[in-house]
Amino acid sequence: MANTQELSRIASQVRRDIVRMVSAAGSGHPGGSLGITDVMTALYFNEMKHDPATWTRSAKGQDAFIISAGHLAPVYYSILARAGYFPVSELGTLRKFGTRLQGHPCITDSLPGVFQSSGSLGQGLSCAAGIALGKKLDGESERVYCLLGDGESEEGQIWEAGMWAAHHKLDNLIAFTDWNGQQIDGPVEAVGGIGDLRDKWSAFGWEVIEADGHDYDSILKAFELAHAANGKPKMILFRTEMGHGVDFMAGTHKWHGKAPSAEQCAQALAQLEETLGDY
Amino acid sequence: MKKYTDQGKIDTRSGFGAGLLEAGRKDSRVVAMTADLKGSLKMDAFAAEFPERFIQCGIAEANMVGAAAGLAITGKVPFIGSFAEFVTGRVYDQLRQEVAYGHTNVKIASSHAGITLGEDGATHQTMEDIALMRALPGMAVVAPCDFNQTKQATIASVDWDGPVYLRFGRPAVPNFTDPDEPFEIGKTYVMNEGKDVSIITCGHLVWEALQAAEALEAEGIGAEVLNVATIKPLDEATILASIGKTRCAVVAEEHNAAGGLGEAVAGLLAAKCPTPVEFVNGEDKFGQSGKPAELMAAWGFDAAHLAEAAKRAIARK
Repeated sequence: MANTQELSRIASQVRRDIVRMVSAAGSGHPGGSLGITDVMTALYFNEMKHDPATWTRSAKGQDAFIISAGHLAPVYYSILARAGYFPVSELGTLRKFGTRLQGHPCITDSLPGVFQSSGSLGQGLSCAAGIALGKKLDGESERVYCLLGDGESEEGQIWEAGMWAAHHKLDNLIAFTDWNGQQIDGPVEAVGGIGDLRDKWSAFGWEVIEADGHDYDSILKAFELAHAANGKPKMILFRTEMGHGVDFMAGTHKWHGKAPSAEQCAQALAQLEETLGDY
Repeated sequence: MKKYTDQGKIDTRSGFGAGLLEAGRKDSRVVAMTADLKGSLKMDAFAAEFPERFIQCGIAEANMVGAAAGLAITGKVPFIGSFAEFVTGRVYDQLRQEVAYGHTNVKIASSHAGITLGEDGATHQTMEDIALMRALPGMAVVAPCDFNQTKQATIASVDWDGPVYLRFGRPAVPNFTDPDEPFEIGKTYVMNEGKDVSIITCGHLVWEALQAAEALEAEGIGAEVLNVATIKPLDEATILASIGKTRCAVVAEEHNAAGGLGEAVAGLLAAKCPTPVEFVNGEDKFGQSGKPAELMAAWGFDAAHLAEAAKRAIARK
């Protein structure tokens, strides 16, 4: 289990991976990936009970994770590779012909660590809730985590899943929202107007926890609070900044789905320490 | 002419309910899910016997599909039940990503298919579902012909490794197949042998085809009746063997023309054995309210219309 200093070092490498992968692919989604990197690093290197050596898709005896916002694939792939699910050398194949690292995560090519295909938004929370119920039916104590986007939460199915998970008292389900306030067409409040997610999730019967998605103490504390066996599913609202860690990408929707040029890539990498060795 | 006896009219959805209960007794992985249609899907007996394995989803079909995928990931074999339209067209993208592209072992229990759900009218009468499900890579599409076969198909689908679309209906229809004959996914059943024309069909139209064959026999015409109980994967060998003998066909289905059984068979024949084919289907239109028998006659799905189509096919040889 990595401490906050180690998490910070891993995250720096993950951010380098993201920028390099997307730049090399010539397309992809760097902004959101950079913004949720600290949370994802904390999840896989501190919070989750998982073991790449014995991992199976059925998640027997381990925690499961569903990435509902599938366009955040770059951070997901980097985290999985850095955690040991597949060789880091494979990261350079992102989005290229013949790769297991499809533009959005998929099951077809059996990439270790991936539980479900995603990319079409709004669907992952239902799947995560299904896994959580399956674990309860089997008497398993492990948890299920699910990453949602705030823009993604404009999808109606998210709220169907919200009702259903609360109705079935799935307190082993820990969802978290990348609350960066940005989506493709602009600020979330200008585009979709999802309003106050705290009130909404609370009204849906969820335990709502807020945290700073770039402060490891805050992130780890939020996950700890989410362990409560109180009959309620948990929603952690992580305040994040899209593009965090690279000054010219930070705080704007403009890097949601745009690849940095070679020059921009170099400019970004100059701001991110190489801690674990580039792939 | 092989003789079939109607053991008593009964709805095919009850065959699903009976099969689900038996499958649940045989295999503890089986779970049943519905979007507020437990009674309509005949899941009551299963829910009473296995309350912990019956999962109510409320009127939220999209979530039901995703939740079923999640349960399948943990090793369950979920049956998701609703009316045909609401478990196909309404949730197409969910079935595509979570079930087909997601490779999850979910069984889709699709009741009230076609126009013969009757009085509710066109919003509830899907005539496009076979096309939608055929288009999904890896999806098996099964449309059994009566109560007995629907029961057996339900049981068989548990052991099929991958998603299955099980299509059945609301009205009481003749029940005439052997109750103990195991169902084989991927097999086309030759119900009657004949040398002059092949009547290729599925679902409860198989009974109509047998009635048509009987009428044709009285006129000296031998009609071979094929029950394509699995539309995908298609049993090409059985269909080609029949066409090799009869050299013409009628393809009849309670479904619109686009993407249904007719196009599946036409595609096969165009590639392997060009043959005159007459199509009996819902063409390119929506349904309407009415009694099932009235709609069957109006759409030309009854035995009399099938016999006429058979003669047209023979005339084109």
